[in-house]
Amino acid sequence: MMNSTEPQKIALEAALSAVPGPRAWSTFRDSLRLNIDAISLVPTMTRLREVGLNMLIDLTAVDLLEYADATDRYRMVYQLLDTESGARVEVRTHVNDPEPKLPTMTTLWSSANWMEREAYDMFGIVFTGHPNAKRLLLPDEFASFPLRKDYPVKGRGERHNFPVVTRSES
Amino acid sequence: MPLELLEPTSDPSYREGLWTLNFGPQHPATHTTLRLVLTLDGETVVDAEPDIGFLHSGFEKLGETLDFNQYVTIVDRMNYISPLANEIAWHHVCEKLLDIELTPRCTYLRTILAELMRISDHLLCVGACILDLGGISAFMYAFNERERIYELCEQVSGQRFHTSFTRVGGLLFDVSDQWLANLKDFITTFPKMFKDVNRLVLKNRIFIERCQGVGILSREEAICGGATGPVARASGVTRDLRRDEPYLAYADLDFDVICSRAGDCFSRFQVRMLEIEESLKIIDQAMQKLPGGPIFAEGSGKELLPQKREVYTSIEGLIHHFEAIMPNRQLQPPKESLYAATESPNGELGFYIVSDGTFRAYRARTRPPSLVHFALFPQLIRGCMLSDVVAVLGSLNIIAAELDR
Repeated sequence: MMNSTEPQKIALEAALSAVPGPRAWSTFRDSLRLNIDAISLVPTMTRLREVGLNMLIDLTAVDLLEYADATDRYRMVYQLLDTESGARVEVRTHVNDPEPKLPTMTTLWSSANWMEREAYDMFGIVFTGHPNAKRLLLPDEFASFPLRKDYPVKGRGERHNFPVVTRSES
Repeated sequence: MPLELLEPTSDPSYREGLWTLNFGPQHPATHTTLRLVLTLDGETVVDAEPDIGFLHSGFEKLGETLDFNQYVTIVDRMNYISPLANEIAWHHVCEKLLDIELTPRCTYLRTILAELMRISDHLLCVGACILDLGGISAFMYAFNERERIYELCEQVSGQRFHTSFTRVGGLLFDVSDQWLANLKDFITTFPKMFKDVNRLVLKNRIFIERCQGVGILSREEAICGGATGPVARASGVTRDLRRDEPYLAYADLDFDVICSRAGDCFSRFQVRMLEIEESLKIIDQAMQKLPGGPIFAEGSGKELLPQKREVYTSIEGLIHHFEAIMPNRQLQPPKESLYAATESPNGELGFYIVSDGTFRAYRARTRPPSLVHFALFPQLIRGCMLSDVVAVLGSLNIIAAELDR
């Protein structure tokens, strides 16, 4: 049986032919995934946006610390959507400690703004060139990145990092 | 009408003359807990800086500790205006990952419940916003009907609000004939009330004048900003996952995708009101076509949960239940990751599950429509009046529990 994502993969591979760097395609159920190096992220995403994948639906990170057989620490996942044809592509790239750093996608999609802030907030991945690179959900005094796998689900008090404001000072 | 965007002035005293207004985190018009720092020039909003996270409760972290069936209780509490829609979205992704095909009865029941939630969500969104803008009657009429939807939820699951009704591969209970009769009664009497609300909302001159031409989101901005659902459809993005990526029983049902080109607050409410009518059409068709049969998919063994009645009344059912919840007997998903989404009332509600081969997610990312829509807020409100903040905020239907998770 021919895979339903095969024609889409061939078309995108042709569109990306000018972009350097290794590319690995994979398919699971009906979703097409593209694995690329962090270095070719910007040219790849720019090209994908040009060929019609005009919406960045989702952007998130995964900490692969406890994942069996994982070679990298963090995986960044971008879900792209073509609003005309409905085609979807998942783009993945990997970054590692000690400085997990990726270029921002806010230049291509404004929806990346808050989602990258959230990824920084939860995983500590820094997005270079982000216009407003600060925490989104957690307070600025928060010192850790809670969705990392080495952060416990419970038992870690964080309040000692927070400044105490008395009534007379406020 | 929004004023022209203010000219950026080189005069340094201009910025000094601006006011900063703190809006929220506790304010009747935010409905939930979120904060805006508004910069005002007189009554014109020059800039808005949303500050969110007050309701952050680590849902995604909890998703890594609870199994696919347990996490449904947390998913419920994301968009608590339409809890069942979240449950259906979550289990849609789980079932896709596990490659479980639902029974026809289950797909139809889930479709009916999802559409009931859409009606409930849209009624609250429109009703609450018109309440903020000064029209109390429509809100009361809308809430009366939402009460009836809650009653239907209670009759079907035992819970009015956080129903936790779906399970991997099925539903907690089958519905009774009495419930179907009550649903029939609801959809036959609802249109009359809905006509009243429609007149109170869409023909209300004050409401129209406060919403029309306010907070305009262009098609390009909607696409670039990742808007989905009624917000995108009001801006001319003709996408609806129910039609474009049919799931559940939507492929067999006939309905229209409501779109508008205007992109202002009023068209967002219009889209929502018209979608309620489409939802009614869907429920009506789904009820007529509702097939019989089991509500749980055929598992390869005893991995899927048994019916509660069997658990409580037979020893086989009890053993079956234990087997289904023991980690070493549960279904083993492939070591893969998957993103899938459904059309929730607010837009595309997606989950990204990374599986490590166990019955709980290694990573359970939520793609919340509220977060994406609230990020659009500053660009929508710039140049509008202070009083428009309420209208724009209401038209985006921000649910802070989903926003912060």
